[in-house]
Amino acid sequence: MADFKESASQTAGPYVHIGCVPSFAGLTGMYGGRDPGAKLIDGDVAGQRIALTGCVYDGSGDAVTDALIEIWQAAPDGTFAAKGFHGWGRQPSAADTGCFAFETLKPGAMNGLAPHILVWIVARGINLGLMTRIYFPDEDNTADPVFALAGARAQTMLARATDAGYHIDIHLQGPNETVFFDV
Amino acid sequence: MTEYLIKPRDLNGHPPPLAPDYRSTHSRAPQHARLHYAPTMTEMTGPVFGHNMLGPNDDDLIVNYADAEKSAIGPRIIVHGTLRDEDGRPIVGKLIEVWQANAGGRYRHKKDGYFAPLDENFGGCGRCITGADGGYSFRTILPGAYPWPNGGNDWRPAHIHFSVFGDGFAQRLITQMYFEGDPHIALCPIVQSIPDPAAIDRLIARLDMENTVPMDIRAYRFDIVLRGRSSTFFENQKEGS
Repeated sequence: MADFKESASQTAGPYVHIGCVPSFAGLTGMYGGRDPGAKLIDGDVAGQRIALTGCVYDGSGDAVTDALIEIWQAAPDGTFAAKGFHGWGRQPSAADTGCFAFETLKPGAMNGLAPHILVWIVARGINLGLMTRIYFPDEDNTADPVFALAGARAQTMLARATDAGYHIDIHLQGPNETVFFDV
Repeated sequence: MTEYLIKPRDLNGHPPPLAPDYRSTHSRAPQHARLHYAPTMTEMTGPVFGHNMLGPNDDDLIVNYADAEKSAIGPRIIVHGTLRDEDGRPIVGKLIEVWQANAGGRYRHKKDGYFAPLDENFGGCGRCITGADGGYSFRTILPGAYPWPNGGNDWRPAHIHFSVFGDGFAQRLITQMYFEGDPHIALCPIVQSIPDPAAIDRLIARLDMENTVPMDIRAYRFDIVLRGRSSTFFENQKEGS
């Protein structure tokens, strides 16, 4: 057992797009032109379609324009095995605004956990991927143990409603720093 | 979809968020410590990728962006190894994605303006899915070292970026592979942000003459380890409650 230790993390760097979203990096035609994780919904699955948008900011308040954001979530029925729904998405933050957008379904609650979306952020200057969650303002989150663990800082995980879905601002550092987890 | 219990992560085996000599961390490192919780169903599960997503040359960077009958410029190499968890179990059927600079140290990316020219037959992107023994392999060219803006005379050692999925999303990892004997490894602020020399050593691929193909292509071996399964998960919960 002692011979196997988790490989050390290293930053994804500023060119993460080449490997993870090659079309975005300008490698047209790579992987059939389909960047992995671009589509979460792949069939006629019941549930509330939402546009999940967000923006990433650094400690100076500047947009983080070279990040890669992944999400992993349950389907509307609260399971991770719904037909026609991958549950996993991947998007770059925009090169001008640092913002991202997913077309997804609102997740369902499960086993005492309020509906939530796992978020994982990598970028230049991030040495180990940052994990946080998104919770919804129109759900009762008070009994959720992870939401409760974050105390007052749980507000940083709370999305706000928009016309088409929900929006979250992610602050890597500073007075509004998002709560990040070691899970 | 699979699920299982996952061991706590040893954060001492990773670079800290703030690495003073790596300038980009200054405004991007969170100042609060990460809050710990035991993985829930969300972190114990993760996406599943099938072999049917792969194109025939996804694992061959020498030709996967090249014109017909052409190939990328640079020393030809095989990079291979196994993906295992901390208990030594092979991690089977998982997606590994790689990206790298070309032989001159230039990335095919609109933000890279380094002097070294692009290679019209090299994209720098590839992927594969681990086999029944956790094994993976791809062909590429040896990437070049390159300078980067970090406030001084900083050069990255030759490296290949790896994005790795495990069974559960808690195992998700991005890292970089280096090459045995590269003098830039000891000088690089990004590499040296890892506090444990043994952990750095495990990111260095070894020349593998056994799998080197005579008169054709050299092999480098790089084994990757993700977090292990925990049999003490429930015990820990009891102790903590």
